[in-house]
Amino acid sequence: MGDKNMNITRDKIITWIEAFSAAIAENKVYLTDLDSAIGDGDHGVNMDRGFQAVLTKLPSVSNQDIGAILKVVGMTLVSTVGGASGPLYGTFFIQMARKTNGKLELTLDDWIATIESGLDGVIRRGKANPGDKTMIDSILPALEALKTAAGNDKSLAEALSASAQAAHQGMEDTIPLVAKRGRASYLGERSAGHQDPGATSSYLLFKTAAEVLP
Amino acid sequence: MKKLINKPDDVVREELEGIQIAHPDMVKVFFDPNYIVRADAPVEGKVGIVSGGGSGHEPLHGGFVGMGMLDAACPGAVFTSPTPDQMLEATKAVDGGAGVLHIVKNYTGDVLNFEMAADLAADEDIEVEAVVTNDDVAVQDSLYTAGRRGVGVTVLLEKIAGAAAEQKRPLKDVAEIARRVNAQGRSMGMALTSCTVPTAGKPTFDLPEDEMEIGIGIHGEPGRSRMKVKSAAEITEMLATPILEDLPFEESDEVLAFVNGMGGTPLIELYIIYNELSKILDKRGIKIVRNLIGPYITSLEMAGCSITLLKMDEELLHLWDAPVNVPALRWGI
Repeated sequence: MGDKNMNITRDKIITWIEAFSAAIAENKVYLTDLDSAIGDGDHGVNMDRGFQAVLTKLPSVSNQDIGAILKVVGMTLVSTVGGASGPLYGTFFIQMARKTNGKLELTLDDWIATIESGLDGVIRRGKANPGDKTMIDSILPALEALKTAAGNDKSLAEALSASAQAAHQGMEDTIPLVAKRGRASYLGERSAGHQDPGATSSYLLFKTAAEVLP
Repeated sequence: MKKLINKPDDVVREELEGIQIAHPDMVKVFFDPNYIVRADAPVEGKVGIVSGGGSGHEPLHGGFVGMGMLDAACPGAVFTSPTPDQMLEATKAVDGGAGVLHIVKNYTGDVLNFEMAADLAADEDIEVEAVVTNDDVAVQDSLYTAGRRGVGVTVLLEKIAGAAAEQKRPLKDVAEIARRVNAQGRSMGMALTSCTVPTAGKPTFDLPEDEMEIGIGIHGEPGRSRMKVKSAAEITEMLATPILEDLPFEESDEVLAFVNGMGGTPLIELYIIYNELSKILDKRGIKIVRNLIGPYITSLEMAGCSITLLKMDEELLHLWDAPVNVPALRWGI
């Protein structure tokens, strides 16, 4: 059992955004290759362009509350990423911002509510269901793992680590799925056998969160 | 890659600069975010019509901005959806107090970005309706896919809805007419060659010299099938039959026949396709009452064509014939 009173500070949120941006840059070619197999081959390039723009904006909002920071991340993604990823990732961060307005620290319960709000936004925007081979397939298991950990009185670090593992499993579980949303869905059965690029980039959200937030 | 460009990253901006100095009487071009509006926007009391999509389909959509058609167009990067900030600024620029219609081709990115823009416009008290085009019969339509792509019908819809808006009809009517055009129109396309996105530098897909792809989208997405190149008569039959059977178009129907070039196919070949199409329709007792032939919704330098048939009625005919004066279409003035 770790320290249950440990919270996620504003500075850690900024570190998380930076770590995720770095992970996207590192995996740019990998994400684009995954997308070339079943989409239009621009996921890594588009996400990297968006998060490089986010990095230039972060310093100007680093002394604001967590909600304001996440909103700037979301709005920047919306106006720089394009394609479907821009509005989906943009909505994820903008909806996370709604639960963190005015806050300088988040408890594990706050974090769960924040991820849940982001996920709800993505589901509403993309009209996708779990199992449709989308980013939802890694975010939803991650959220469920967070809730289970909180229910079992686990520490923040343990909960974040469990959510990263669940997101990883969710990402791998997209391989046999047939895409039902997005450009991959034009391929129908031919989309099976490929890991979903959106679920892969979303896994990196939880992987980096487990690394830098506790 | 062999193209008439300076730098791949500057293609869209330099194209927009060219449009700006070529047609100052019809359009104004704004940068960062990029959008094109008709020169006299906003027109008081008129529904504003905004469309947009990836660049590389010219003259769609920027060439259709002006009197009698679009009030604004939002060009994205080549083959990439524009973003909501562009659409919001365009929406605000053309709102003449009667609301704004968004015309959206059914691609996931375009739909999501326009939805976000509509939400943002609602926050600013602008009434927005959206019409999504999805006329491509090559895509297997089902509840479990993103659905059919919006292609050739978009051009016809922008002209017809534009005419309805020009008559100062209310937003609800303009949207209803636009939805009717989408519901009564069907399209299918084919490619003889691939195309090269400037920033990618290599062709989107490989198509051997003696093969063609039937059922292609407007970004070089895979089609229904690949085969050896056939005659114009056979190709026209392969495109027209699924279109005719889908709506279905029936004996004594009156249609607008649109033979579109994909960008790299000369008019001489499009007229050959039109000739074959008119024979096929003739045999079925379907009457062509209007036509449009030329490259209007393209896929960069791809060679190939698409066929769109739109079932006409008296109101649609009247709106099609109404005056239009935009960089890529001009009649009745």
